[in-house]
Amino acid sequence: MLKLEARPEASKVMSVMSPVLALAVTVVIGTVLFVLLGKDPMRGLYVFFVEPVKSVYALTELAVKATPLILIALGLAVCFRSNVWNIGAEGQFIVGGIAAAGVAMTADKETGRWIVALVLLAGVFGGMVWAGIVAFLRDRFNANEILVSLMLVYVADQVLGYMVYGPWKDPAGFNFPQTITFLKSTSVPKLFPGFRVNIGLILALIAVAAFWVLLFRTYAGFQLQVGGLAPAAARYAGFSSRRALWTALLLSGGMAGLAGALEVAGPLGQLTPYVPAGYGFAAIIVAYVGRLHPVGIVFSAILMSMFYIGGELAQSRLGLPKSLTGVFQGLLLFTLLACDTLIHYRVRWQAARPAPPKPAAAALVSTAAAATTERAA
Amino acid sequence: MGSITQDSLRLELVNISKQYPAVKANDSVNLRVEPGEIHAVLGENGAGKSTMMKMIYGAVRPDEGEIRWNGQAVNIRNPQEARALGISMVFQHFSLFDTLTAAENVWLGLDKSLTLAEVAQRMTKVEQEYGLEVDPQRPVHTLSVGERQRVEIVRALMTKPKCLILDEPTSVLTPQAVDKLFVVLRKLASEGTSILYISHKLDEIRALCHNCTVLRGGKVTGTVDPRLETNAGLSRLMIGAEPPQLQHIQARLGDVVLAVRGLTLPKEDHFGMNLSDIRFEVRAGEILGIAGVSGNGQQELMAALSGEDTRAPASSIHLFGKDISNHSPRRRRKEGLHFVPEERLGRGAVPTLSLAANTLLTRTEAVASSGWVRTKDVTTLAQELIRRFNVKTGGPDAAAKSLSGGNLQKFIVGREIHADPKLLIVSQPTWGVDVGAAAQIRGELLGLRDKGCALLIVSEELDELFEICDRLVVIAQGKVSPSVATSQATIEMIGEWMSGLWNKTVAKETDHAEA
Repeated sequence: MLKLEARPEASKVMSVMSPVLALAVTVVIGTVLFVLLGKDPMRGLYVFFVEPVKSVYALTELAVKATPLILIALGLAVCFRSNVWNIGAEGQFIVGGIAAAGVAMTADKETGRWIVALVLLAGVFGGMVWAGIVAFLRDRFNANEILVSLMLVYVADQVLGYMVYGPWKDPAGFNFPQTITFLKSTSVPKLFPGFRVNIGLILALIAVAAFWVLLFRTYAGFQLQVGGLAPAAARYAGFSSRRALWTALLLSGGMAGLAGALEVAGPLGQLTPYVPAGYGFAAIIVAYVGRLHPVGIVFSAILMSMFYIGGELAQSRLGLPKSLTGVFQGLLLFTLLACDTLIHYRVRWQAARPAPPKPAAAALVSTAAAATTERAA
Repeated sequence: MGSITQDSLRLELVNISKQYPAVKANDSVNLRVEPGEIHAVLGENGAGKSTMMKMIYGAVRPDEGEIRWNGQAVNIRNPQEARALGISMVFQHFSLFDTLTAAENVWLGLDKSLTLAEVAQRMTKVEQEYGLEVDPQRPVHTLSVGERQRVEIVRALMTKPKCLILDEPTSVLTPQAVDKLFVVLRKLASEGTSILYISHKLDEIRALCHNCTVLRGGKVTGTVDPRLETNAGLSRLMIGAEPPQLQHIQARLGDVVLAVRGLTLPKEDHFGMNLSDIRFEVRAGEILGIAGVSGNGQQELMAALSGEDTRAPASSIHLFGKDISNHSPRRRRKEGLHFVPEERLGRGAVPTLSLAANTLLTRTEAVASSGWVRTKDVTTLAQELIRRFNVKTGGPDAAAKSLSGGNLQKFIVGREIHADPKLLIVSQPTWGVDVGAAAQIRGELLGLRDKGCALLIVSEELDELFEICDRLVVIAQGKVSPSVATSQATIEMIGEWMSGLWNKTVAKETDHAEA
């Protein structure tokens, strides 16, 4: 009989190996999945894990997808470390995109390239406002930020729909729900001619360094994390929980808004109802698979983009449904959560024993009561 | 081996061992308890007392060895089976639902053959028999801690146990309530019930118990008759040495450092305690102790003094004559007020962070004005604390939760002492700390006093307060008594005050009230 036994202390090796192990398990389950779908598993895996990194163009496409994931996940990592559960990065991404589009559409033929900075700042601002609503409702009315931020995603989606179907609809666009194509001057500068990857990638890498410094080298970052790890200790130390709430939400909202602006003024070049591509939700997985660590997030974002691209390729090459992307993402998160158990526990083989001792119902009741009294005390 | 007495033993543990991942909690221990015997199990924290009791109660299973009940080898798989055999346990932390009545709580723990009314009736009967009066119909949250413990004991007695296990039962009681409890326990024993009495309080064990098994580091270091032993003798068995004697120099009083005047504060949550018109002063170079049964407003008072709760009315708390009632904990720290809370893990330290990172909670020497943390300085400070306060740990990178309670407490108290405070407030300085570490912490606190720091110490251990404090006040029902010099106070008097009855004494001795 397999038995889980608590480790005396968390395994350092496993905390690094757990994501690797999770990936391996995902691959195995993926193989089974391909077989069940009647496809050649080798070809399936090739499409998911080799094609996205096969050529320079493929690599740049990978970077295009990874950039927003990194930006959003960095902000979310700060949030989650501060015990603030912002689930609505997707909404902040959308509003960031809308705000950026608003600025981009003010450009005319004479506008210089400086407008790009304004476009991106507008995106940051838009995301901050959207996340600020969550912070305000939580701060003022103690509203649950998980629900509020999640519901605001759908509100943002409706706002986007209203804009592209209504006031911002391109008059020359054959009634399609989309804005005008933004002028060249507003588009985010590309890194290399001929490839879609733009300076957003550089911004993302700078952000990785900045967030690492914030989390591990500044007092502000320390305060945020203490608030998340042990709220009573933060109160004892005198770290403001209100400030932590606002900082975490504004920071993550701003990052999601920046990602939205980069997307709208970058690869998309106009506002359409299809701006939300699920980056905001995928970034939650990215943040966790990356251990809420800025450097880890880079790797997990690359992995997640491989799933995105692999999913698209699987659709065109193998005739598999695109939702396979979601299946792989979910698989990875689940296997990661399972593998994380090994950080705190080790598996031991043990001879089966008759009837494992079950805690008596009364004992259960009394532990529950003990927990309540302790909290009350 | 005593094969002759074997049959008459109520409970026997033979070569019991239990290995936990990091530690061998019980290493081939033996225990022999006769019917009607009050048997003490003495040991420091982490000596293996709790593990031993949990194995007897069926909550943990031994790896090796045998448990014999009335001479028969038994395999106790869970607490239900233990209760079926006639073993009951009263835990240190009460397991009662606050919103239910006493009778409902007792009913929950019993098999469901009885109606609630029958349970209440039988409770009353048990209560009368043993003088454990508690109204079965009262909701638990209206009961005092002593009354709650009575409910727990009544619950344990409802099943007519042949062996009753009590885990540190007196830590929440006034001295008078302790005497009452002892009367009950002696009566139970005289009727043939075996009692296992877990404690680290030597005086109590010597006053109550017939026999005493001493544990140290998971091993039995001796089984003695405590009535024939001295405290020093027992303590040698328990820690392998006698606790060092403390140096007590006459206090050199300085200016008033902390003045609390008319501090009234309504409770923040339902189960809290209202503070009402609290007033006292602490001077430089003295230690003021606050005695009291837990849950009488200590937590609320500490939060108001530390700044964790800034709702205190204006000009109710003064530090060096300056009103600090609404200052944040960080500001108070800058003004010289440092605080050690009673919860070490989760409040005094972040469990998952390293000791080095934990210094940053209250120490900002390593933080530049730009907000940059100089990690090297942080590590150096942690190393310095570990060295100076003799903290046993893997080093500055060890997570706070990897330390034993005593070592973490040394680290936290050390962190605040090292900050050179002008006023140090310590809540339960040696709670759950072993005797050696406790002596060291008390010594450090006295040393700080001799250097001219003002100290305010809250403790539930009267012995500790009498040992280190210059003056004492008592907190009861959210009110604080006038102060009395420790040299003029007696345990009996403070015990009486702990029930809130100080007006009588004070009226008589107004002259002595203010030292």
